[in-house]
This record gives sequence, structure tokens and C-alpha cells, in this order.
Amino acid sequence: MGTFIAIVLAAVLTNNFITAKTYGICPFLGVSKKTSSAVGMGIAVTLVMVLATLVTYPIYTYVMIPLHIEFLEIIFFIFIIASLVQMLEKIIQKLSPSLYGAMGIYLPLITTNCAVLGVTELVIGDMSNIIGAASMNVGWAVLYALFAGLGFTLVMIIMSGMRERLNCYKLPKAVSGFPIAMVTASFICMAFMVFTYITI
Amino acid sequence: MNKYKKITLDGLIFQNPTLMLVLGTCPTLGLINSAMSAAGMGLTVVVILTLSNILISLLRKVIPNEVRIPCYIVIIATLVTFARMFLEYFVPDLYDSLGGFLALIVVNCIILGRAEAFANKHNVLESAVDGLANGFGFTLALTAMGIICEILGKGSLFGLHLWNFKIGMFSSPAGSFIIYGLSIAVFVYIIDGFERSRRVKANKLARENLLKEEV
Repeated sequence: MGTFIAIVLAAVLTNNFITAKTYGICPFLGVSKKTSSAVGMGIAVTLVMVLATLVTYPIYTYVMIPLHIEFLEIIFFIFIIASLVQMLEKIIQKLSPSLYGAMGIYLPLITTNCAVLGVTELVIGDMSNIIGAASMNVGWAVLYALFAGLGFTLVMIIMSGMRERLNCYKLPKAVSGFPIAMVTASFICMAFMVFTYITI
Repeated sequence: MNKYKKITLDGLIFQNPTLMLVLGTCPTLGLINSAMSAAGMGLTVVVILTLSNILISLLRKVIPNEVRIPCYIVIIATLVTFARMFLEYFVPDLYDSLGGFLALIVVNCIILGRAEAFANKHNVLESAVDGLANGFGFTLALTAMGIICEILGKGSLFGLHLWNFKIGMFSSPAGSFIIYGLSIAVFVYIIDGFERSRRVKANKLARENLLKEEV
């Protein structure tokens, strides 16, 4: 139970992907203009993160380490993620056209999203800082990926709300667009810095 | 020669990947809290971007159009793997300070973007120049922001202690976001002003020519 709480708090609040690790900034700045698209992107990223971890973690532990080919991890992981995203797109298109209409446009973008490759690299590396290398297994890895994705979605939603309000104000040309979005993001980061005082 | 000058100026200033196009934001925000790691990241990207541009430009007639993106990703991933081994063996300090962002160069939009937008349509020399220009545009922007962040956040410059005054926020992502946003605003403002003055000058010249013709 303690491990569970530690993972959830670390993934959502203290080590949030956007505010603490700055992974996945491209969709964060690109797709956060409207809350509905922010939610769609967040869910799509969470789904791909969970599936990618579910596939890459066992392959790394049970195939790549015994064969001593850890150095190929980047090539393997990016290939797995790219084919997974393609497959997911086809499956969603067949099973539920309405869901595809809502989420389909975000899926191809996710292949080149740092957050997905980042989480697959994190669970085989830095995760030992949170729960210790010995007790690490697929379950914890997938749980971490799930809550990291939910933390990402949370910050996306907060950001999109703030940007929707910002549309009501007239800004100088040089500041509008990316600069003001980054200053807004900075305030969210400052708010999340408070959570670094949590110790378990 | 004029063609290469245009490619270089575009990569360094007018189409600067970091400040004008806002690509490759994750390593930028993650690493500008120290000037040294920002410069190290920039130089690694210069090497990888130039090599990937050269390779993709060489192979552009061989790679079938339908599967070009997976091919590019494999080429880039291979180069990043080599870069990672090289840095881990020869510059372990830099390897540690780059952390996870070294592997994430694979999904850096700048490299795939240049491959897709430039290298698969141009010859090897032009692609190499484009890779160098864009890489150094990225490096210069990162290093400049890294210097600002490090002076404000740590009171040091490239690891050299300057004074005891420091604002802790600037060595965290919150400070990186603010510095990056303000840098974009200032850069866009300066480039806009420059282009406007150039346009005004061109208009004035055209008007004078017109007047001369009328007289």
C-alpha cells in the first residue's frame, strides 16, 4: 500500500511529467488551446503510455537483458511505440468511428512525443529511486505509466482552462501565442513546486 | 554562394528552430538551468542533425516514399545510440547532466522536421549546411538562455562561481518556462522590427525610383 501511494504521488504531483520533468511539452503547448482537445490528447497519451510500458518493460527485462543487448534500447523502444500507435489507430478506426473522430487526429502525433519514450526509459532507469530496484516489476511499471499519464492530463486541463480565459484579453503581438503560454505554464509549475515538500 | 548564405541565415536567425519555430521544446526547458548542459545538448544535436541530414539526403532516392518516416526514425535512433555510447565513454560528466534527454533526441522534432522538410528534397552539401545552421541556431539559443538561467538561478556561469545572489526558482522548470517565453517574445520583437525597417527601406527606394521615372 505504501508503495502504491508513493508511486501515485510521485507520478501525479511531485514528479509530474510537465511541471517537474518537462517531458511532452510539444502537445502541452500545441493542443491546449481548447479544453475538449486537451482532454482528448491527454487520454490518448495516457493510453499509449500504458500500452507502450506494458510491451517494452517485459521485452527489456526478459529479452534484452538476458541477451545483453541493452544498448539497442532506443531503437527497439521507438520502433515498438511507432508500430503500437499505428496498430491502435487502425483498431480504433474499425471498432469505434466516433472515438476515432474525437481522438484519431492526436494519435499519429504521439509517436514523436517525448512523454511516451520518456516513460519507457524512466521505468527501466529512475524508477528504482521511488520503490527500489529489487521490488520492481511490470505491475508497478504500468501503474507508474498510468498515473504519469493522468498527471499529464491534469496539467493539460488546467493549462487549457487558463488559455481559454486568456483569449478574452488583447495582448501585444510579440507576446501573444507561445510566450504568454509559457509564462502561464511557469505559474502552473510554481504551483506544483509546493508538492515537492511532500515526503513519504 | 547566395543560396548557402540564405540557408545559413534561415537556420540561425529567421527560421531559428528554438526561438522562431518553437520546436524541440522538451530538452530546451529541461536543460537550460545550466549553461554547460545546454551547450552540451546543443553540440550533440549539431552532430546528430548534420549526420542525419547527410545520410537521409544520400538515401533520398533509395527510400520508398511510403515508408520514409520509419526509415528516418531508424537512422536517427541509430545515430543517437552511437552518440550515447560515445558520450558515456568519453564525457561521463556531460552524459550524467543530460540524463534522460539524451535518449529523447530521437523524438526531437527539429531532427525529424529537417529530414522531412529539407534533406529529402536537397542535395548532400545543401543538407549538410542546413543541418549545421539549424544545429548551431539551436545551440546558440540554448546557450544564451542557459547563461541567463544559470546566472539568475545559481549565481554562476558555466560552473564558475560569480556571487552568492541567487533566485532558486530559475534553476527549476518554472524559471525555464519564464526565461524561454520571454526570450521568444524579445527575439520575435527584434526580428519583426528588423523586417519592418527593411520593408520600409525597400518601399522608399521603390517610391524614389518611381518618382525619378515620372520626372
